Amino acid sequence: MKKQWWKISAALLLIYSVMGGLLLDVPRLNIVNETIRALYFHVPMWFGMVAMFLVSTYHAIQYLRTSQPIHDTHSISFATVGLILGLLGIVTGMIWANYTWGSPWHGDPKQNGAAIALLVYFAYFILRGSVANQEQRARLSAVYNVFAFAAMIPLIFIIPRMTSSMHPGSGGNPGFNMYDLDSKMRMVFYPAVIGWIAMGTWIASLLVRTHLLTEKLEDLEDEQNS
Amino acid sequence: MEKIKELLKKEFTLELRRKSVFSGLALYLFSTVFIYYLTFNLRQNLISPLVWSALFWVTILFSSINTIAKSFIGEKRGQELYFYSLVSPESIVLSKLIYNFLLCLVLAMTGLGLFVLFLFNPVEILWTFILTIVLTSWGFAASLTLLSGIASKANNSHIVMTVLSFPIVISILLLSIKITKNCIDGLEASTNYDELLTLLAINCLVTAASYLLFPYIWRT
Repeated sequence: MKKQWWKISAALLLIYSVMGGLLLDVPRLNIVNETIRALYFHVPMWFGMVAMFLVSTYHAIQYLRTSQPIHDTHSISFATVGLILGLLGIVTGMIWANYTWGSPWHGDPKQNGAAIALLVYFAYFILRGSVANQEQRARLSAVYNVFAFAAMIPLIFIIPRMTSSMHPGSGGNPGFNMYDLDSKMRMVFYPAVIGWIAMGTWIASLLVRTHLLTEKLEDLEDEQNS
Repeated sequence: MEKIKELLKKEFTLELRRKSVFSGLALYLFSTVFIYYLTFNLRQNLISPLVWSALFWVTILFSSINTIAKSFIGEKRGQELYFYSLVSPESIVLSKLIYNFLLCLVLAMTGLGLFVLFLFNPVEILWTFILTIVLTSWGFAASLTLLSGIASKANNSHIVMTVLSFPIVISILLLSIKITKNCIDGLEASTNYDELLTLLAINCLVTAASYLLFPYIWRT
């Protein structure tokens, strides 16, 4: 029970951020209007995704250093959760863009960058699917994971900042920091970020546990059969 | 250093011995450009400078992927074990990298020549453009060499190679397309310094990553 406090607080933070995000006062801006509330749901997804991919890459490096299968399990679980958060981030962004920009896909540099970043991790899963040997699969996908993360840094952190974008917060568009009521928004935004990261970690740890249990079951079945 | 030189020499002799591969690539490039010429030039002025740059970079991208894919996928199992016992993986990856860089550069320059010959030459500032080609070839070689090593270990390697490489090289490709646009518009070289530096930085990052990660895939 001692170790469970962060899971409970993740759930509480998320409940708070959903209710606060929908009910609390937000600044009124032209065009954006009430859709500004998307910030509470859309942006934390990206924070969560980057955090999950970071942990996944960390475990990939650990796997390459130690060759222990447990790190590979961690790596794949965190990548899965990161991918789901990224997909949710794209979908929430598209809903928002439909109302403010007029169409769900607008060819915004950040949108394209995010789509490519997701392609990288889809490729990661395809690579895992096409190597039969388990140890080789773990090693190759760990190498690709680290390499992909290194190649993704310019894609989502550098290039979008060099080109003009319609995204709030860049290219002269009003961003988070310019609002009069920004301190009020932060009160909901930061809990949402922390809540989603903690929730992602929780889901990933559940994935790791189910993976380990399936492996154990398979071992037991093998023993019975032999 | 000596070993890298030896390995490079081996790559070149092998390449010269199997003339069909290299001439195959040249013909691939030629056919592509010729198809562009036939399909576009029948209608006049259909290719605007921006379409030119898109066609150019897509052609270079796919011929580079095809070229570099064979650097590990084509190798035999026994050959690999033989090298493993002789030299360190670092010198292998460096020699492959340099060799692939030169190959990509030759391909891209030939492509440029063919594009100018059959279509037209929209590039106003040629030196910056050539510098971009050199940097992009380096980036392609650095990222694709490692991926070819990964793909060679998987089933249906050629599909895996394309799938893996596309998202990785796209950040390099986006930057070079941007610089190309500036070169076509005839903007001064100084406007491109930022992009060229970023391209250089990405290349260094990718090269360092390939160099560090290659020993792990080699060991299997």
